[in-house]
Amino acid sequence: MSRVVLVLGDDVSTDAIFPGRFMATVLPAETPQFAFADLADFNKGVRDKTITPGSAIVAGHNFGCGSSREQAASCLKGPDLTIVARGFARIFLQNASNLGLRTIICPEIEASEGDEIEATADEIVNVTTGRRCRVLPLPSARQAIVDAGGLVAYARELLIAERTVTL
Amino acid sequence: MSGMTITQKILARATGRASVAVGDIVEPAVDLAMSHENAALVMNQFEEIFKGTSLTPTVWDPSKIAIVFDHRVPAESSKTATNQKKVREFVRAQRIARFHDVRGDEGGICHQVLAESGYDRPGSVIVGTDSHTTTHGALGAFAFGIGATEMAAVWALGRVLNVEVPATIKVVVSGDLAPWVGPKDIILSLIGRLTAEGANFRVIEFHGDTIEWMNTSGRLVLCNMAVEAGATSGIVPADDETVRFLRSEAAVTGELDLVCADPGAEYEEVVEINAATLAPQVACPHSVDHVQPVTAVEGRRIHQIVIGSCTNGRLDDLETAARILRGRRVSRDVRMLVFPASWRVYREAMERGYLADLVEAGAVVMNPGCGCCLGIHQGALGDGEVALSTTNRNFKGRMGNPNAEVYLCSPAVAAASALTGTISDPRY
Ligand code: SF4
Repeated sequence: MSRVVLVLGDDVSTDAIFPGRFMATVLPAETPQFAFADLADFNKGVRDKTITPGSAIVAGHNFGCGSSREQAASCLKGPDLTIVARGFARIFLQNASNLGLRTIICPEIEASEGDEIEATADEIVNVTTGRRCRVLPLPSARQAIVDAGGLVAYARELLIAERTVTL
Repeated sequence: MSGMTITQKILARATGRASVAVGDIVEPAVDLAMSHENAALVMNQFEEIFKGTSLTPTVWDPSKIAIVFDHRVPAESSKTATNQKKVREFVRAQRIARFHDVRGDEGGICHQVLAESGYDRPGSVIVGTDSHTTTHGALGAFAFGIGATEMAAVWALGRVLNVEVPATIKVVVSGDLAPWVGPKDIILSLIGRLTAEGANFRVIEFHGDTIEWMNTSGRLVLCNMAVEAGATSGIVPADDETVRFLRSEAAVTGELDLVCADPGAEYEEVVEINAATLAPQVACPHSVDHVQPVTAVEGRRIHQIVIGSCTNGRLDDLETAARILRGRRVSRDVRMLVFPASWRVYREAMERGYLADLVEAGAVVMNPGCGCCLGIHQGALGDGEVALSTTNRNFKGRMGNPNAEVYLCSPAVAAASALTGTISDPRY
């Protein structure tokens, strides 16, 4: 079960998730402090660690549109959030699966802040309202990386196999 | 078998296959891997990949990596300066040759530097840790933006992992553009039609006589902003103009492979644009797809005009602005900032007198780089202020202040508006 801690609309940009003025901060361990820096309450929750790990952000279409900055995914991965959106922008979805940030594509999702939601492989149940919404699978190219535990682990295995052969 | 799109053909060749179909998962070999300051994060992830192995962390091919400092030049903070220093050390240790530091002879915005340095080739696969890597499709490459960890895997392995072959939207632009209407107006109008996610996971292939007649500078504008409709990449079929640009402006020698689509290529959608009836376009706050003809927003009071960025900071953009401002004065109600896209553009604009025209009119010519495009340093906006900019994004907070607004437009609209301090139509 996840508690919905933030509800957003369509086209949430990476400038909203991790404003450009903090982009000199790159290391995944340091990025969460600037997650949604311009949403003061939410950001404070992340900084003070009052948001429970496993909580959810619910959003509309095209979540994560804009720049390729990976900080937009790492800053949400740090506090262990799940992002449920009607759709994701390509680069954000790739960054999320590469870093192990959980993303769920749910084209009809509806929720309010404070709702409890339960995700299974093929649907999300809003336990508070009783509403059920179907979940679309991640593109298979992405799922393979999620299953490997992220891109670092995935690439490391290939690297060992390939460089050891050529040595 | 049905024909392939340009993207399919490039991906087939980059994976050593006779053909690929939309939806196939492929691992294309990379011809050029570009990063800017965020190479600092790529380096970190690159070292993570090697952690726990007995292998030495060396990049797969230093001749295929380009690193260009542009987002925060010269460094705006000690943090950025320290990151840049670490990247310099990495570049030296790994013998990366295509490195463009903070320099007046070869520096500039990464996308401009790649194009003018002759690093872009038709038929090649280009990836960059920057979403506007789509720009390089203007020279017939399949070019797309990736994240830092994905780039780290490219540095290690030389190929992009798990790429799903995208479907293609064919955009056909025909007719002659009216005076003071240009490529920026075409792409803004297209984004308005497709919406900000209309081309998500798809490629936009540009066709039609307007594109055939368009110079490379204009094609760079179209492909640059393809990502604002969500596209993985934008691409213009390489042709005589591509060859002309590469040979005479980018000093490229050797064979060029002009990949074009097969006659029976399958497109997911075909969109037609009549360029002849197009008016100057403006994207209104806070979304790039809130597009209106300039006549609908004329008279809106603005406080800062920006000409620059990887979209519209090239020589012909500065020429347009200089033509409009020559012998006139920027309104005292507005400040005007000009960021040439590269130092080469800066020097040429200086030699042709454009910079003098702009400065004498009251504009401030800044050093080449991303400048205020992404709100990190230079040209911040005050609360409640409005900017009119030739850049490519107007998300809330994009120029550093979530309490400000950004309108996007062409260099002609920007320059005409500088004279009045309000959004103005360059045609009158
Ligand atoms: S000019 Fe703007 S859009 Fe272009 S690379 Fe720089 S920050 Fe990105």
